[in-house]
Amino acid sequence: MSEYLVNIENERLSFFTPAGEVKALNDVSLHLREGEVLGIVGESGSGKSVTAYSLMGLTAYPGRLIGGSLQFNGHQIEKMTEKEMRKIRGNEISIIFQDPMTSLNPVYTIGNQITEVVMLHTNKNKQQATERARELLTLVGINEPQKRLNQYPHELSGGMRQRVMIAIALACEPKLLIADEPTTALDVTIQAQILELMMELKEKLGMAIIMITHDLGVVANMCDRIAVMYAGKVVEYGNTDDIFYNPSHEYTKGLIRSIPKLTEKEHNKLIPIEGSPVDMLNPPAGCPFAPRCRACMKICLREMPEYTDITDIHYSACWLLQKEEFEKQQRQKGDA
Amino acid sequence: MAKYIIKRIAMAIITIFAVATVTFFVMNMVPGGPFMAEKAISPQAQAALNEKYGLDKPLSEQYTTYMKDILHGNLGLSVKQRGRTVNMIIGTKFPVSARIGGMAILAAVMIGVPLGSIAAFKRGTLIDNIIIVFSTCGIAVPSFVVCTILMYILSLKLGLLPTYGLGSWKNYIMPVMALALYPSSYISRLMRSSMLDVMGQDYMRTARAKGLSQLVSIFKHALRNAILPVVTYLGPLLAYTVTGSFIVEKIFTIPGLGSEFIGSITGRDYPLIMGTTIFLATLMVIMNVLVDVAYKFIDPRINLK
Amino acid sequence: MPKNKLSVQLNVEDFLPASDAERESLTVMRKSVGFWKDGIRRLKKNKISMISLVVILLVFILSFIVPQLYPYSYEQQIRGSENLAPMQYSQKEITAMDSGESVFPHILGTDNLGRDYAIRVMMGSRVSLTVGLVASAIILLIGSLYGSIAGFFGGWVDMIMMRIVDMIYTVPDILIIVLLSVAFDQPLKALAQRPGFQWIQLIGVNLISIFVVFALLYWVGMARIVRSQILILKEQEYVTAARALGASSGHIIKKHLLTNCIGTLIVTTTLQIPSSIFTESFLSFLGLGVAAPMPSLGSLASAALNGLQSYPHRLFAPALMISVIILSFNLLGDGLRDAFDPKLKD
Repeated sequence: MSEYLVNIENERLSFFTPAGEVKALNDVSLHLREGEVLGIVGESGSGKSVTAYSLMGLTAYPGRLIGGSLQFNGHQIEKMTEKEMRKIRGNEISIIFQDPMTSLNPVYTIGNQITEVVMLHTNKNKQQATERARELLTLVGINEPQKRLNQYPHELSGGMRQRVMIAIALACEPKLLIADEPTTALDVTIQAQILELMMELKEKLGMAIIMITHDLGVVANMCDRIAVMYAGKVVEYGNTDDIFYNPSHEYTKGLIRSIPKLTEKEHNKLIPIEGSPVDMLNPPAGCPFAPRCRACMKICLREMPEYTDITDIHYSACWLLQKEEFEKQQRQKGDA
Repeated sequence: MAKYIIKRIAMAIITIFAVATVTFFVMNMVPGGPFMAEKAISPQAQAALNEKYGLDKPLSEQYTTYMKDILHGNLGLSVKQRGRTVNMIIGTKFPVSARIGGMAILAAVMIGVPLGSIAAFKRGTLIDNIIIVFSTCGIAVPSFVVCTILMYILSLKLGLLPTYGLGSWKNYIMPVMALALYPSSYISRLMRSSMLDVMGQDYMRTARAKGLSQLVSIFKHALRNAILPVVTYLGPLLAYTVTGSFIVEKIFTIPGLGSEFIGSITGRDYPLIMGTTIFLATLMVIMNVLVDVAYKFIDPRINLK
Repeated sequence: MPKNKLSVQLNVEDFLPASDAERESLTVMRKSVGFWKDGIRRLKKNKISMISLVVILLVFILSFIVPQLYPYSYEQQIRGSENLAPMQYSQKEITAMDSGESVFPHILGTDNLGRDYAIRVMMGSRVSLTVGLVASAIILLIGSLYGSIAGFFGGWVDMIMMRIVDMIYTVPDILIIVLLSVAFDQPLKALAQRPGFQWIQLIGVNLISIFVVFALLYWVGMARIVRSQILILKEQEYVTAARALGASSGHIIKKHLLTNCIGTLIVTTTLQIPSSIFTESFLSFLGLGVAAPMPSLGSLASAALNGLQSYPHRLFAPALMISVIILSFNLLGDGLRDAFDPKLKD
């Protein structure tokens, strides 16, 4: 078994739309150890959710995995059949979605929807499963769990529903929890509570978490490592500190510049990243961020940059880093 | 819930009352009466007949008498069928139509719901296309065409089924087929689009993420949500179909309420027209209340007030 | 996996800053396409819709242009040519042909009065199409107006208007149709005698009552659809904005609401056409449709029922015609919905 719980290597995934092939993931590599929290940051359409869904075998039609290797807990995901995948989903790996208002089936009670997953993956009978459901509701901090079991989703608030979603996700004590923007649809005050709950549960149950978000503030407090994605590519990967204090990709730098800072004396203007994301139907030949990049060079428009190691963990794909390397080589040549 | 049903029934009574009133006056505004067609009738005899059925009284008086009778459940005497009350006529004709109509609706649901679901589930495949073609053709062919073509092939050419009457179970096959074609096609289209809609919902993704098989997620999670539009459609459909289709009853010579109703209109049998109209309106209103109650059981979000 | 080796050969100038122009050239924005253009583009891609459109055009040519050029007329009774089979000639016509005259064949034979059946089917389609189009136009007009008023004003106005709709739903339509055609019979015939109203004779009293019935009864479905659309639309921010700027109700309905439901209106109307044709054929089948000798597809099918055993083609020709018309309008309507319903966009 590998040292990693999750090890994605060179994943390529495309959506075959009527308008043409959309290369949603382009050589994505990510890894995660047991009990670690990985944040995947990027704007909409950068491929962060697609990466996570493909790990669960939940790639939506018309998407198709066309290359790479996805390892999870000793399973080779891309080689597994749908039937084998079903045994893992909701059991060893589970997910909570962005919108708790629509992620629960409106016509079944909360209890029904929790016991369903418990009974599917364990040998518990209905009564034991209900007992487990009550336990789970208490675990995620829902008051009066007995009453809630018989309530319908529309009778609960958004924050409460997200707690129920977490309860469903944790029902079988998964090794990995994927959280797909779990707080985006919630009120700000509720957001903090949910994040806190997730961290608490992580400590208690020892699972690994992949946190997908476009909010750098969320990942800063929670994650051990961060992957920054842009246009279907991981453009920078590193420890949380690396990313925040030593960002090396221009896109990451842009993201950090656009975080509001209340502590600064002067009210600096927020600096947004100009322009809009690339058209994934006709991606440019070079670095996808080049048209929006402040430090864009001629090479950036022509060639895709390769990864450069900054530390043994931290790496990034930017021609600026290659430039330093190149200049060093040139000097060496000059010396010789 | 009980409060809601009481409210609905009150509304229903008002609706039926209004329908009865409108029908009554529209009918009387139209020139001609039930005894005009029979030319041989003498003025004296006509006057006598008019007196017998109360047609000589002023309209307002006729109206109040009629309304009083309805309240007692008495729909009056048929003018054309001597000695038979409207209640009797409806009582004998309705079961015939209801039996055929009921079977047709049952068949339509049992065909339409699975077909629509399969089409949605297999979206874009050959099976989907075949079902789409079937259901689009099914709503494009008028019932008289279906009836006559069925009759031509199955009875006249192949001699498999009898053409008229209701003697044996074989007589039921063609009328039920003819009546079921349109609703089954319509239901399958309705089901396909609502199933596609539901399959795109977030909770279906949740179901898959739980590790449920597609069969379970379709049967447990999708079907119950997707069936709602079909239930809405079924209410009025049931009311219309069990009261009999004139076309089907005419072509297959079935003594049902549908042909009786048309006969009453062309024969100006006022009490029978009124009676059948009120009967249909009542049935319709009852069906709509039933649909609402069924809705409440299927979807807990519905709040009946 | 990350490498620090340089795999491509690089030059110093590669690392010079790129000019704005160079960067711009890479940002290929997809052209923004308008509602109509986008919808029509998608409709054109839909093969089934395009085929239906062609079929509809062919049916129009067959029923409006071909009859003008056809050697027979729909009411012309040819003595001695009664009950001919398709492509059969009567004795008289054979003699005429032998003497060198050219006789146009009776493609679908003739009916029991010696009328050419092909032209009757074509005229029948013309009547059916006319009814379908005119009735749908009436329904569109009344239904959208009624629905938008009910939806826009809401409250008790909506309550009362929708109860009326419910009631109209409940009254059996055949009853009203029969009663109306009887009620209109005398007054319309009297009116037809007056100068300027001769056209009534031509169209037939029954057909006019059918139109009146459509105007009275069948708009309710359209009204409901428009109302629910308006109810959704009027909650949109731009309507609030327009109201805040002091726009009048009429202006908001016209400018913002109706233009935004135009897609729904097109689709519903297209789907209304086959349903109107359906109703007309049903009524004609009952003998409540157009007046003889004018044929309609429904009355032709109804008349053919008696001779089904010996002349099945007389039933199949109008039945096939009507099914093709309804089917192609339905398919076109489905295609329009896919193309113009913004919910299904890409």
